[in-house]
Amino acid sequence: MKFSITVTLKKDVLDPQGKVVQNTLINMGLNLKNIRQGKYFEIELHEKDQNKAEKNIDEMCKKLLVNLIIEDYKINKL
Amino acid sequence: MKSSVIVFPGSNCDRDIEVALEKMQFKNQMIWHKETKLPKSDLIVLPGGFSYGDYLRSGAIAGKSLIIDEVIKAANDGCLILGICNGFQILTETGLLKGTLLRNKNLKFVNKDIKVKVVNSETKFSNKYKKDEVLKINIAHNEGNFFTDNSHLQELKENDLIAFKYCDEKGNINDQSNPNGSLENIAGIYNSKKNILGMMPHPERMVDKSISSTDGINLFSSLLN
Repeated sequence: MKFSITVTLKKDVLDPQGKVVQNTLINMGLNLKNIRQGKYFEIELHEKDQNKAEKNIDEMCKKLLVNLIIEDYKINKL
Repeated sequence: MKSSVIVFPGSNCDRDIEVALEKMQFKNQMIWHKETKLPKSDLIVLPGGFSYGDYLRSGAIAGKSLIIDEVIKAANDGCLILGICNGFQILTETGLLKGTLLRNKNLKFVNKDIKVKVVNSETKFSNKYKKDEVLKINIAHNEGNFFTDNSHLQELKENDLIAFKYCDEKGNINDQSNPNGSLENIAGIYNSKKNILGMMPHPERMVDKSISSTDGINLFSSLLN
């Protein structure tokens, strides 16, 4: 079973990298409203039960992949 | 006084802190991160550097290494813990200190001598300094932008847990004297019991007049006091 995890900075946390990318795109003449930069993981599990698998993934996020003070995450089954 | 310096792959200030501790007459041991037993120590230092190449987040992987369980146990038993630069980042990742260190606001790696003000001069780490004393200390980091939530910020202020703040030569604390965008110019904090100090500036680089200043010496002599 395979999952994707998207980690993004919380709304109120400054995202200087996203800002630089945003300004560069605007300088290139491209039109946009806002950019937030994040991280993306794909994780494959041996587990066959989807409920258990999602719990495992959630534990991985909370214990290591995500810094809950500044980041939010979304889990997606692939 | 016995000290242990934890060495991770990618630590690069471990030798500097060793030299500083030995100069100050600490009996020091270097401990590899894969060890599972920690020798009895009065002080444990997590040194600066780029543990695990800063993969995932600065300090995230080191914060889960084998020796860290022992460091957490020792910290809970009251052992003094000092995290410098990457060591501070590791302490926040382990949860021993709250808050986190974000990328510098101007996106630049900052390596220069700056000024910090001693905010609390009554701890095990700072009792040889005077309150509001201005120190010249080197910083060298890319992720030193201290951030935390409002309730923790209140706790830091109310319980006098802010160790150092970035300032200018005259001790003014403002945006111009903030090198990395840290919340309220915070450069170092204590845990609630004040036995753990995390700081971005490098006191171990300021113990020898011939190469820098000696403004870092009193941090180590405070510990011996």
